[in-house]
Amino acid sequence: MNKIHVTTNINGDPVEYLCEPQETLLDVLRNNLQLTGAKEGCGSGDCGACSVTLNGRLVCSCLVLAAEAEGQEVTTVEGMADGDKLHILQKKILEHAALQCGICIPGILVASKALLEKHPDPSEEQARYWLAGNLCRCTGYDKIINAVMDAAAEMRGA
Amino acid sequence: MALDTEKREFKILGTRPLRPDGVDKVTGRALYGADMSAPGMLTGKILRSPHAHARIISIDTSAAEALQGVKAVVTANDFAKASNSFMQDGLDNCMARGKVLYHGHAVAGVAAVSEAIAKQALKLIAVEYEVLPHVTEILDAIKPDAPVLHPDRNFKRLPEGTAANISHTTDFGHGDVEAGFAAADLIVERTFKTEATHQGYIEPHACLASMGPDGKADLWCCTQGHYNVRGMCADYLGMNISQLRVTASEIGGGFGGKTTVFIEPVALALSRKAGKPVKIVMTRDEVFKASGPTLSSLTDVKIGMTKDGKITAGYAMLRYQCGAFPSGTIDLGAMSAFAAYDLDAVHTEGFNVMTNRPREAAYRAPGAPTAVYPVEAVVDELCLELGLDPIDVRLLNAADEGTKASYGPTFEAIGLKATLEAAKAHPHYSAPLGPNQGRGVSAGFWFNFGGNTSVSLSLNDDGTVAVTEGNPDIGGSRASISMMAAEELGIPYENIRTIVADTNSLGFNDVTDGSRVTFAVGLATIEAARAAIKIMCTRVAKIWDIDPEAVTWEDGYAKPAGENAGKYDPMSLAEIAAIANKTGGPIAGHHEVNADGAGVSFGVHLADIEVDPETGFTKVLRYTVFQDAGKAVHPSYVEGQMQGGAVQGIGWALNEEYIYGEDGRLQNAGFLDYRIPVASDLPPIDTVILEIPNPGHPYGVRGVGETPIVPPLAAVSNGVSRAIGKRMSALPMSPPKILKVIKG
Amino acid sequence: MRFEAPKTTELAVALLAQETGTARVLAGGTDLLVQMKMDMITPDLVVDIKHIDGMHDITPEDGGFRIGAAVSGAALGEHAGVCALWPGVVEALELIGSTQVQGRATMAGNLCNASPAGDSVPAMAAAGAVARIAGPDGTRDCPVADVPVGPGKTSLAKGEFITSILLPSRPDNASDAYLRFIPRTEMDIAVASAGVSLEFDAAGTCTAAAVILGAVGPTILTADASCLVGTKLEDAALEKLAACCSATATPIDDKRGTTEFRKDVVGVLAKRAAKIAQTRAGAKS
Repeated sequence: MNKIHVTTNINGDPVEYLCEPQETLLDVLRNNLQLTGAKEGCGSGDCGACSVTLNGRLVCSCLVLAAEAEGQEVTTVEGMADGDKLHILQKKILEHAALQCGICIPGILVASKALLEKHPDPSEEQARYWLAGNLCRCTGYDKIINAVMDAAAEMRGA
Repeated sequence: MALDTEKREFKILGTRPLRPDGVDKVTGRALYGADMSAPGMLTGKILRSPHAHARIISIDTSAAEALQGVKAVVTANDFAKASNSFMQDGLDNCMARGKVLYHGHAVAGVAAVSEAIAKQALKLIAVEYEVLPHVTEILDAIKPDAPVLHPDRNFKRLPEGTAANISHTTDFGHGDVEAGFAAADLIVERTFKTEATHQGYIEPHACLASMGPDGKADLWCCTQGHYNVRGMCADYLGMNISQLRVTASEIGGGFGGKTTVFIEPVALALSRKAGKPVKIVMTRDEVFKASGPTLSSLTDVKIGMTKDGKITAGYAMLRYQCGAFPSGTIDLGAMSAFAAYDLDAVHTEGFNVMTNRPREAAYRAPGAPTAVYPVEAVVDELCLELGLDPIDVRLLNAADEGTKASYGPTFEAIGLKATLEAAKAHPHYSAPLGPNQGRGVSAGFWFNFGGNTSVSLSLNDDGTVAVTEGNPDIGGSRASISMMAAEELGIPYENIRTIVADTNSLGFNDVTDGSRVTFAVGLATIEAARAAIKIMCTRVAKIWDIDPEAVTWEDGYAKPAGENAGKYDPMSLAEIAAIANKTGGPIAGHHEVNADGAGVSFGVHLADIEVDPETGFTKVLRYTVFQDAGKAVHPSYVEGQMQGGAVQGIGWALNEEYIYGEDGRLQNAGFLDYRIPVASDLPPIDTVILEIPNPGHPYGVRGVGETPIVPPLAAVSNGVSRAIGKRMSALPMSPPKILKVIKG
Repeated sequence: MRFEAPKTTELAVALLAQETGTARVLAGGTDLLVQMKMDMITPDLVVDIKHIDGMHDITPEDGGFRIGAAVSGAALGEHAGVCALWPGVVEALELIGSTQVQGRATMAGNLCNASPAGDSVPAMAAAGAVARIAGPDGTRDCPVADVPVGPGKTSLAKGEFITSILLPSRPDNASDAYLRFIPRTEMDIAVASAGVSLEFDAAGTCTAAAVILGAVGPTILTADASCLVGTKLEDAALEKLAACCSATATPIDDKRGTTEFRKDVVGVLAKRAAKIAQTRAGAKS
């Protein structure tokens, strides 16, 4: 064993862990830290279910080595709500009934939040392209896009 | 249980409350298959065949067993003999016995203290194979000299002269088909091909098994039916059913693909041997190679029509490829093919043929999309040739109440005509089209299932209600069940919590499949509520000292009726519940039923497609779904089913396919090259819900989940064909295929 | 496997040169981690170069820009200067993968992955981009087009890695464009692609043209674009270009497309990309 000690920040909290060199950030989030909100749908960056941000950039945590998080800032779906107060995107996903099985939703939420931080007033087409890496097999994306557009409008107004 | 005779105004049905599991699912708290852990848990991994077809000469697991950190290795020898041949097929699919039948077929399982050690152990298992000739395509598999998958079993050589790979045949119809064709002004006859697709759920199969030395076991897994998992696993491990408790996790999509077992018996066998909990999670590669994709097909359709659009006769020959084990999906396909039409003469026949591919599993309306697509494409071609409107022609020939379906039964009230009329009147149908654009129309059909169902409903002493059901919630069913309970009891939706119980906490339930849950579990919930209401009325009668028959239930209150009307203050559910301990004890209702009367379902889809004539690239410009929901309990989730099914069908039509190499190996076992639709591929999917009540449900509910995947194949194909001015007859309509047809 | 994150180029070169087993450079990791996951490679050493000075920098140089090897697609797309000078290169890099992949994927990584279908490579080659390579013998510059030598193979020697890529200056009335064909709108690997860089005179006549094809041969292919020079990209010239590209292509049949389809479509892409580059150059047509 040649485990690596990593000091990082997850959802604003200082976190330390030991990881094997080949382990991914997703492996460590789920298995070591019990942050199971990020899901492994493919392990190859094709489905987006493991989306997190790394220093503010949207990434697939299955395509980041756990060792790379040293000194970085990671946010996950578990960091979206403020205590018992849901983020507007979370509320809109619920109100629009935009989830069916829900497995893609953590990734969709993290990706949508990153979208609205960069483009507060996206076109529907822009939202669809931004989310093209987040596969959803239940909804046909319609209600998800509506929820994101509605959240964007409310966040601009707020 | 029939439609309530009095026409009722619903207070809760038709509204759109938030789903009870919603907050967990937007915060990451919800626990899916892979999210559960147990102390001392081992990681399980499965060794899979690199060959499409081979005899297993020997398996040497000694080196793997000797590796430090490996706690158990299992092969087919670690399982019991299954109780019948159908069950044995399920077991042999989980772990190859004697032969591997497809690329990715499991041959051994390992449990170790880490994933890295488990993977290392897999490399140490020595399997000696005698590679056999393989077959993956329909026409190759029926050749008289084709490799035979199960030579030791007596499969019929039907049609005559075929290899013994055909597991099921079907043949039915009515009327004089030849006379019908003779009466036609135009006959179109074509052959259509579809490729195998995968349900494409985003959550890979995952389970956590724990069996103690006393033989008692617990299993946590993502499944559409945990009672079914319990039955199969107990059989395969030689356990008695009472010793195995199965809990269904939240499920990350299934669409039929999680109606059987793959890894669950292996995890239990490993846990039994290791004496520790074992978790197995499939990789995406394993999901594509070794779970259950749908069928591929080759279908001949012949339809005759008069010049004014009346269909004179229909014939279809369907050939369904079903993977490595027997399957009877041909029956469902053949029954669906002409279901939308009222025909005097119709004949449908076909067969399922086995190949060296993974065993077919159910996929949303199993068998139907591939049968309806060729029929709807030929009807479209006839309309074009005869200069007729495709909706008018479907209306002229539409099945209706009283129609004798091609497969025998006579339909009760159905919504096909209303759905066609709604499509015709919709602005989408009359919107102008530009160059290189075409509009496709297709109808679609699904039977809908009922089935075995148990529901229990208990009053809490604060007047809230616990509903316990046993069907994994795959798309919002806890919301719709809570709504039906609230409607019947006359209390707020928020006062009800519906949970999905484990297999020990409630009576048997069939799998969440066949669009059965909102219908059957809803029906059982209403009956359970009525049972509780009856008890409440009895208790109140006792308090008032009047005859129980003289107490009625209205809007959440027990009220004196008849000659006692107005004599006593009504008592609310909460008041009755609060004093239940003084009136006879806890109050609950339950209902167990093999539900009948699911009520068939029809839908009509409109698809506007643009094709780039230089590259064959297709764009779906506009898409509208019209469907009869009987009664839409939660309209948002009904729309969601219609949208999701349509998009899976669009994927099937345009780009999804299993691609095999000459070596019989699957070439695209990942989301990169198995191309499901992404958000930017699609327009908004518009929906129009029609409500033609199902006579078999007290509120008129019909299942809605499966029908919407049936029409898109033909709707998109007809749109593409009209856009390019040539008839497409093979799916998926990937750009190379379309460009080839354009270039003639 | 060992993981190292050296702070200097020299240390990185030493680690890579001294490793006796399989060593891999990690920048964005969007190819490397997939290959590791699929057990296509099992590296003994992974060297993360993102902590080396300059790897994240975009620096003006001689009228062009030097792009650090760890600059992601998302970061490049946010750089107004590069977007204005080489819009075709930026759009090519930005086509790779999802938004998530864009957060990590780099031009240098795309180049070193040496897939003939890598999106940024035809665009960089058409732009005349030059890779700066550090190695045990010091630093050398190499035209981007000479880095990949076959599927998965590069001309880099042991111990060498790309530290930056120079996108050169360009004259006025010039621009570039990149188009690829995929069956969906996103998330696919190019089935065929074309990077086009054009220069025009004040009257709008094409004076120089570079057309590089992707996914239609074992490496990127250079098409003879001389048929555009001296024209204003009239239909006849574009049809000649398309025919020339189709003739140049030597694609294979595979799960992503047929030979016939790729030969057809690569010509269509080249002529459409040429029209886009012409418009971007502001050339009078």
